[in-house]
Amino acid sequence: MGTKNSVALAVQATGLEKSFGNAAVLRGLDMTVRDGEAVVIFGANGVGKSTLLRVLTTLTRPDYGSISIYGRDLSKQAEYARLSLGAVLHSPMLYGDMTIRENLNFFGKMFRVRDLPGRIEEMTDRLGLGPRMEQRTRELSHGYQKRAALARAMLHRPRILFLDEAETGLDEPARKVLDGVISEHRAAGHAVVMTTHSIERGIAESDRVFVLAGGRIALDAPSSHVTPNDVTGLYSDPSDA
Amino acid sequence: MAALPKIRLIWLGFTAALMALTLWMVFLWVPTEINQGNIQRALYFHVPVAWTAMVAIVLIAVASVAYLKTRDEKWDRLAVAGAETGVIFAALMLITGMVWAKPVWGVWWTGEAKLTTTLILFFIYVAYLMFRAYFPPGEQRRRLAAIIGLIGAIDTPIIYYGAQLWERAHPSAVVGPYSNNDSSVDGPVGLTLLVATIAFSVLFVYVASERYRLRKQEDEVMALRRAISLQALRVATTSDSTESISSAPAGGA
Amino acid sequence: MGASLATVWTLARKDLLLELRSKDIVLAIVVFALLVIAIFTFAIELTPSRARDVGPGVLWAAVAFAGVLGLNRSFAVEAEGDTLDGLMLTPVSRELIFFGKVLGNFIFITIAQVVIFPVFEALFNISVLQVETIVIALLASLGFAAVGTAFAAVSVRVRSREIMLPLLFLPTSVPLIMAAVESTSAVVDGGSWGDFSEWLQLAIAFDVIFMIASAVLFQFVLEE
Repeated sequence: MGTKNSVALAVQATGLEKSFGNAAVLRGLDMTVRDGEAVVIFGANGVGKSTLLRVLTTLTRPDYGSISIYGRDLSKQAEYARLSLGAVLHSPMLYGDMTIRENLNFFGKMFRVRDLPGRIEEMTDRLGLGPRMEQRTRELSHGYQKRAALARAMLHRPRILFLDEAETGLDEPARKVLDGVISEHRAAGHAVVMTTHSIERGIAESDRVFVLAGGRIALDAPSSHVTPNDVTGLYSDPSDA
Repeated sequence: MAALPKIRLIWLGFTAALMALTLWMVFLWVPTEINQGNIQRALYFHVPVAWTAMVAIVLIAVASVAYLKTRDEKWDRLAVAGAETGVIFAALMLITGMVWAKPVWGVWWTGEAKLTTTLILFFIYVAYLMFRAYFPPGEQRRRLAAIIGLIGAIDTPIIYYGAQLWERAHPSAVVGPYSNNDSSVDGPVGLTLLVATIAFSVLFVYVASERYRLRKQEDEVMALRRAISLQALRVATTSDSTESISSAPAGGA
Repeated sequence: MGASLATVWTLARKDLLLELRSKDIVLAIVVFALLVIAIFTFAIELTPSRARDVGPGVLWAAVAFAGVLGLNRSFAVEAEGDTLDGLMLTPVSRELIFFGKVLGNFIFITIAQVVIFPVFEALFNISVLQVETIVIALLASLGFAAVGTAFAAVSVRVRSREIMLPLLFLPTSVPLIMAAVESTSAVVDGGSWGDFSEWLQLAIAFDVIFMIASAVLFQFVLEE
């Protein structure tokens, strides 16, 4: 709990518990992510990866346990924590009847992004959104929706990026863009927390591997020491979830 | 553990005795009201249930605030117990009110402020209970229910004020001969009312606490079920890793 | 303060832009309200005096019932694209998000009334287009928006939200509906401010209390 070392930690979560009705999803989960570190979370379907990301991004409140993002306790200073985190979860979280530009403009104003038009242009170029900027997001392909979602998540220059199976269903160009964004984010010394189904890719793109099983982190190891078999060996059948 | 049932039994006996005393006072002891006749005895039920319905709202409000502050399930149980019991007492208040109004004022419904208020509150708390029935159990349901319960409580004085204004603006179509009759509530009448109010309050506490207990047991059953399904999961997981191949789906649902 | 107001306006303007594109909400309120009013012109034989007696009640019942439809949409829109999550991820305080939504809904209900009132006046032959009724309408819209936004956010997570919202919204709004009906009646009968000042006070009290209470409670609604 010492503020000295928690400042250096991008994520510090202790004793997280969350259940929905009868199903206990998180059961006393502890995890830490250091700044500048890319972490990948593996786990079988329905084991609670998405719930964990929702809890870490302030969207879902844990029943018990505490989380701080860059030393900001989510139960007390969630609004500050939100400034330093960006998230791309399953749905793009964009207004279907607004264009990409209108969406980015809106969310940028919500975050009070400095020099918003410039930042939007920057993200447009970086993510290759140029020709689609004036299209309603409802009409976009899945790949462009994800790119736009990524632009929304990064507009306010977050220090930590949460990606929940962001590469699923992306075509090759979009996937390249995503990989580029992740590696740039890491190169800039920022943190990334992602989940993915492709285990090889996940291990290759991260510094550290977590495996979520039974509502806890069952494996926490440097990516260089982990093989895909180590990961799948820990998957358990969560048929009661 | 053994002390608890005893207290409940004593409370039940106390409630029964008070109720018996109330019934005796209402029907045998207190003199018949000169103007209205026997129907006036409805008053001895109408006022106490109206009072307890009001207590229920305060209980829901306090429990809801406490829940939002502490997130302790016991407050949620208390709020539900208050709401379910309160809805029944509010319904009794409306029925006794109408039964009393018909012979005395010639109409079932008069738009009298307290009746109007109770009717609207009845609807709000029925919606509160319906919401709980629609929503899957869990923290979210407890929290949203607390918000509804609280908004209803905040609305109560506003509704009452509005209903009073409305009553004044619409002097009701009263046909009966006693519309302006201010029954005096002193002497035996007052005493009977007092005893009846205490009896119904005690009854309310009894019913609400029984409901609270039942609710708690329901939650305990849920928790046990959860523990059992987790246990089954854990057994399946360990057998998974020792035998490395296990095609059987892990148990527990 | 200025920045907060700007945020509220940005939120409301976003809703206005979406509404301009889809026209779901205002259209639903207008058509439904006019339908209720039209049905009453058949259901009741409208002599001039009877129109004055029941007209205000019909008008406000129509607006309240139709308002429910619009309020339902206002959060359904956010739930469909999971944009409610998007809003939750922003560092904007939950009160401001609430006020932004209230402002949007207030504008929608008000615009709908701009259409509803003249048609009502024509069908019922009673004059409701007066300064007094406009003030009443604004107060009523504000209260409906405050209570309705809070309850719409509560019921958006329920399976049968179309059923739940009216069951929560209508009884809670009864004091406001009473105030609107009684003040409109007074105006229709040739009265002026002094004749319904108590009802106006009730409407203002309702608006203020629920604006504050709903804003405070809203943060609890949005948690998950």
